[in-house]
Amino acid sequence: MILNDEQKAMLDGKYGEGAAYAMKIQVGIGECFDAPRMVPIKRAHVALSNQAGDLWFAEKLVKAGAKCRVAPTVNPGFCLGHFTGECAHPVDGPSAEHMQRTDNAYRTLGAVLSYNCTPYIATNVPNFGEVCAFSESSATPYVNAVWGARSNRESANSALCAAITGCVPEYGLLLDENRKGDILVHVEANMKSDYEYHLLGMMGDKIGEGIPVFTGLPKVITPEALRNLGAQLNTSGAYGMYHIVGFTPEAPTKEVALGGKAPKREVVITDKDLKEFEEKFSDEAHDGKVDFAMFGCPHFTLEEAMYIAKHIEGKQLAIPMYILVSSHARQMADRMGITDILTAAGAEIIPDTCPDQPCWHYLKGKVGITESPKCAYYPRRRGINFMIRDLDTCIEAALTGEVK
Amino acid sequence: MAKRFSCHKISEGKATADAIISKDRIMFYQVRPEDGMMEEKNHHLEGRIIAKKVLLFPGGKGSSVVQQDGLYHLDRFQNMPAALIVQDPDPVLVAGAIIMEIPMVDRLSTEFYETVKDGDIITVNADEGYVEIQD
Repeated sequence: MILNDEQKAMLDGKYGEGAAYAMKIQVGIGECFDAPRMVPIKRAHVALSNQAGDLWFAEKLVKAGAKCRVAPTVNPGFCLGHFTGECAHPVDGPSAEHMQRTDNAYRTLGAVLSYNCTPYIATNVPNFGEVCAFSESSATPYVNAVWGARSNRESANSALCAAITGCVPEYGLLLDENRKGDILVHVEANMKSDYEYHLLGMMGDKIGEGIPVFTGLPKVITPEALRNLGAQLNTSGAYGMYHIVGFTPEAPTKEVALGGKAPKREVVITDKDLKEFEEKFSDEAHDGKVDFAMFGCPHFTLEEAMYIAKHIEGKQLAIPMYILVSSHARQMADRMGITDILTAAGAEIIPDTCPDQPCWHYLKGKVGITESPKCAYYPRRRGINFMIRDLDTCIEAALTGEVK
Repeated sequence: MAKRFSCHKISEGKATADAIISKDRIMFYQVRPEDGMMEEKNHHLEGRIIAKKVLLFPGGKGSSVVQQDGLYHLDRFQNMPAALIVQDPDPVLVAGAIIMEIPMVDRLSTEFYETVKDGDIITVNADEGYVEIQD
């Protein structure tokens, strides 16, 4: 790999030990994938996780004096303000201290403390063709497929290194020839709401490895549906890129999306596939009763919070409902009176928080309901189980405590 | 005599240990830190120990956090694999191996994969670009 003088100086420690360490990791990744050089970036998103390994790495960089050249947005941990103090089920001392240390480390590194996993919808949106470093399941496919920007499927660590060095190795999805689709996916299922895109994304086993080209999808697809599709594609498999014919910018036609070649595989997805998945993946409560509802994995948008508010306004929920959102969405909900409507009905709209965090300790052994398979997948290791249904069914279940 | 095969360095270092071969992709989040046992249901290596072994596997899977964090937890109990031989590396796995300082290589020949057996004693020398199967 050939580095320019500036990059060489960074690797040699001229910009400090932390920058040298970050560059060493990136050069290692570049050499693994035969990248010829490093290219500059102006934008990054780090999948901060507040897990032990994440904090260890961030503090290691802090101790080595690293600072971000490009201030990256970051994923959620949990909201200390919400889960300590007057909270009915506050987190224990060590968990709160861990989150505080994560917050301190990323602040010292110079990250934007956005604590939001959907930056591509509002706060960190790249231009078409822009090279950037995005980690987080739903983020990488969104910026590549929907915005036409160029990011490899960065790890949380490699995206943080890129934010520190201000560059990324040039390989993979940064190059034209690697962005073409090679699997043709005929969607025959009725994609009637954003929920069906969650289920479509979970078809990774059937779709197989490669870059899917979806045909047969509706003309209008919401940002929420695209968020769901990307999140689940990287729960059921590993996808940095996809195309939707006639919709995403690098897929004006099927032929262009496939780079003029025949697909290596063709797959048909039907209503039956989606239904079978839902039945197999859902942790069905044996008596039809659920203990709580959780939404926002990935984070719900303001529009989704408004939709729920409209359906529960003036009513009283039978079970707790947690709506996880960005701090921006929460702020807007506050200003617009949405928070008041949700709170009056018994729902909580919580910023900065992810379902796979220790703040949910009190839900252990309970069965929740959610519209997101990813929300169900990761908390299982914490002993929390989920039924999966479409959003309207989930809202109804929260009002009655039962799944009809 | 040991059989030597050339390989491509991903993460520096060298190690000699028993081989364990996985047909399935690996997510280190699903390996129990206390003893290095694969806990994932229906995984090819379910119930087997990968600690201190040379792990041969097709590639990684899971979100952008799971590999390095999983390896970190294994490392707390000194139960990381001794070395990794991978067929299809991805950035999340590669960053995890480099950061956790586990030797990792790829680009082994078909002949190597036809020769190697579970339990063989293997030397991985990433720095000099070879893998040896001991007699």
